[in-house]
Amino acid sequence: MAHATPLLPAGQLVRLKEQGRAPLHFVLNGQPAQALQGDTVLTAVLTQSAQLRSHEFAHTPRAGFCMMGACQDCWVTLGGEQAGRKLRACSTLLQAGMQICTTTEAVAQATATNASQVQP
Amino acid sequence: MVKQLATEVVVIGGGIMGASTALFLRKRGIQVVVVERDLCGSRSSGVNFGGVRRQGRSLAMLPLSQRSHQHWGRLTELIGTEAEYERSGHFKIARSQADMESLVRYAEKTRDCGLDLQLLDGAELHKRFPVGGAKVVGGSFCPDDGQANPRLLSPAFATAAARAGAQVFEHSPVLDVAHNGQRFVVRTPEMEIRANVVVNAAGAWAGQFAEQCGEPVPMRIRPPAMGVTEPLPFFLHWSLGVEGGSIYCRQVRRGNVVFGGGPGLVLDDTRARNRHTTVWAQLPQLVELLPQLKNAQLIRTWSGNEGALPDHEPIISASSRQAGLYHAFGFAGGGFQLGPGVGDVMAELIAQGRSSTPIDAFRIDRFTDPACST
Amino acid sequence: MIGSDFYLDDPRPADGPPVIVGAGPAGIRAAQTLLAHGLRPVVIDEAPQAGGQIYRRQPDGFGRTPKDLYGFEAGRASDLHQTFDRLRPQLDYRPDTLVWNAQGHSLDLLHTAQRTANTLRWRDLIVATGATDRVLPLPGWTLPGVYTLGGAQVALKYQGCAIGDAVVFAGTGPLLYLVAYQYAKAGGRVLAVLDTAPAVQRYKAAPAMLAQPAVAAKGVYFLSWLMFHDVPVHHGVQLLRAEGADRVQAIVWKDAQGAEQHTACSAIGLGYALRPETQLADLLGCEFAFAPLHRCYVPQIDADRRSSVPGVYLAGDGAGIMGADAAEMSGELAALALLEDRGIATDAARQAKLRQQLDKTQQFRQALEVAFPFPDDWAARAPDALVVCRCENITAAELRATAATQPQGDINRIKALCRVGMGRCQGRMCGVAATEILADTLKVPVAQIGRIRGQAPIKPLPLDMTVVSTDQEASHG
Repeated sequence: MAHATPLLPAGQLVRLKEQGRAPLHFVLNGQPAQALQGDTVLTAVLTQSAQLRSHEFAHTPRAGFCMMGACQDCWVTLGGEQAGRKLRACSTLLQAGMQICTTTEAVAQATATNASQVQP
Repeated sequence: MVKQLATEVVVIGGGIMGASTALFLRKRGIQVVVVERDLCGSRSSGVNFGGVRRQGRSLAMLPLSQRSHQHWGRLTELIGTEAEYERSGHFKIARSQADMESLVRYAEKTRDCGLDLQLLDGAELHKRFPVGGAKVVGGSFCPDDGQANPRLLSPAFATAAARAGAQVFEHSPVLDVAHNGQRFVVRTPEMEIRANVVVNAAGAWAGQFAEQCGEPVPMRIRPPAMGVTEPLPFFLHWSLGVEGGSIYCRQVRRGNVVFGGGPGLVLDDTRARNRHTTVWAQLPQLVELLPQLKNAQLIRTWSGNEGALPDHEPIISASSRQAGLYHAFGFAGGGFQLGPGVGDVMAELIAQGRSSTPIDAFRIDRFTDPACST
Repeated sequence: MIGSDFYLDDPRPADGPPVIVGAGPAGIRAAQTLLAHGLRPVVIDEAPQAGGQIYRRQPDGFGRTPKDLYGFEAGRASDLHQTFDRLRPQLDYRPDTLVWNAQGHSLDLLHTAQRTANTLRWRDLIVATGATDRVLPLPGWTLPGVYTLGGAQVALKYQGCAIGDAVVFAGTGPLLYLVAYQYAKAGGRVLAVLDTAPAVQRYKAAPAMLAQPAVAAKGVYFLSWLMFHDVPVHHGVQLLRAEGADRVQAIVWKDAQGAEQHTACSAIGLGYALRPETQLADLLGCEFAFAPLHRCYVPQIDADRRSSVPGVYLAGDGAGIMGADAAEMSGELAALALLEDRGIATDAARQAKLRQQLDKTQQFRQALEVAFPFPDDWAARAPDALVVCRCENITAAELRATAATQPQGDINRIKALCRVGMGRCQGRMCGVAATEILADTLKVPVAQIGRIRGQAPIKPLPLDMTVVSTDQEASHG
């Protein structure tokens, strides 16, 4: 039996309340993006996408789980000036200009300067 | 109702030393019972750094270390698993000219010991792997040293010994060891085991058995200070140590960086932890050594109980007081690589009365005042 | 064992202000009680604002009223917040601060935003570390869009967001109905509430629930409201899997008649009541015992919330799930015990009253277990391919295979062998599930499996943290 799958919105989270806040501009995977003052990094990212990171062993997308700093599944990587630094998205408020990396490619680029492989 | 058992050899302690001894005894067709207080390989054997390293050992220890190295080369054949063993290479870093000279002297001294050490200066090192920035003047590389997962490997020795016919009892603390004139009687809460031979491989707790048998040793209990990061992109093939320094680290294939160095703390006879002042010292040292770790996170720390003797060498010998009693303990956290070799040598010593590998430097009576010996 | 130079030497200080870890309902009432008796406690909290999870305060600039946020609990929440705000100048308050280790009589602190670390010594300590959701995974639970019930609630309460545009709530427990109700009331689209508890359980529990009639009435209210607003509520369900490619798109389940159902959705809120956060109590050396009511090991306490460690008191959900109202009472009771132990006069009648009221909540708590029973058959039904440990990606198959080699069932040993619980969350999300699977595989009681040993750091520590001071004496005030 075929199940009709509804078309999913781009973002995972949906804003129900508190839409009247001042906008906050940031960068998501190299692209300019916008969220609201008082958003956590998690809210800012997931209201317009459905991934916070790619799991290092499963290689599948993750978008947090517990929302309260327990599961440790929502760590995102910064780009730009603080490239490579990590934040726990659910417990960190978004700041203007933050460069957030959630895709494998963006994260790899952000951490490129740090890693180097030994050639035996 | 106390169970009565009789066997040829009782091994006290199911860590890598005891389990390996049991395995090699079984290969010689000798009956053996292993009594382990907790779970086999759950103590120092299971919580150590996981370095499988010959470089850095004393000249006196290198022959035994080499013998052990041969067994590491056939691990699956020996115990049925590789337990993540890799000959990934071990690099000892020199942070000063004096340290480099120390490494050069060691390389010369051990030239014929089969380590194949390669001395690298700063420029050569940087070509192969940039580590530690300007503070590193060079180092010594041992290509066939490596690393393994002690949590998998040490219990695997006990499993292999059991498969080979050893009787292995866990959760069986030894209450005392006595000799009735003819045989040893080893008592646990549930058993009385009669045997011709007893091997004291009780790790950090071996001192009390040695004392019971009239051979007290000046052993100190040292807790290591271990930690591990979250999984990170793989970048470090080598296991790293620092000449004259206290930090050492390696990256497992899954990406976590395991490190140690400095003192932990002891809570009681069986529990130890990393110490917060040590963690504070370790983290910046790690980042200085490997700037790639700047943004990494520490997710877990642990410790264990290591027995250490004042001359930094273990005890691997027959008893000096009691025929049929043997000792293998006091490895100070550096016993992991030696495990297979020690088991092999102990079995040889027990079966043939002598070891073909020199172990004279590890006699138990080297601490007793010669004037008092009888 | 010949002596060790490395024994921990950190004896209990002779004096110093009391320290409270956790500024939820328990911690706030504890602080209030101590202040009322002339002491000035240090209050350490991981969050930027006091209130804990249930009464989490919205960020600055948000406009909803307490009634919008906390519904029936608006009065309690407001009282707690106003109390804390009023008392704050008198407290040594350390928000945004994680306690990552306990060593002797020292707590290791990390200011999470500044990444600075320091140590705080304590003579008396009230641990009020609260709880997180009790998680039983289902296949597909790691997909984006699957969140805990508590997480779904935080999204709405703290950020004004729904976890998806079409949400299914699943699991069991009173929180299941509360969150579904809150979402629907806020304008979220709630497709269904799937309760694993059979409908009949509610009736079985009803008499005991009269121990706290007001609380019971709220539960009935939420259920009735949902039904009245045409939110499908199903009892006695079995959750089979979450489906989706890169994010959740459906939940597949069996209804009480055993018929398989497929509900398209874009988010799932999942939970089976709560579990206590006990890592700090563990590192402090508190004795633990298995509590059948909680189906887990909890640190032991006497009637006045004293732990087995002199000077350590345990308040709130962190010593066993009891609910927010009980947390407030236990925070006060713990503080009174601390005062009593310091030789400060306390109101014995008040202590007796609190003990009595807490006993009542205990009865109600037991009733909740009857109304929303833990799904005993979960482990047996868990498919081999189910990912149990989401940090390390370890499946039930790997866990079962390892268990088969470890008949003694020591979860710490099994963790060392197969990596369950070795990830960043250190077993918070997988510990319950792993314990159930081990008990089921080895056919032993859950208590025999033991519990994952707490290890520092309690949460991940950045390697580039800066130590700002060492062995700082808690300031006298």
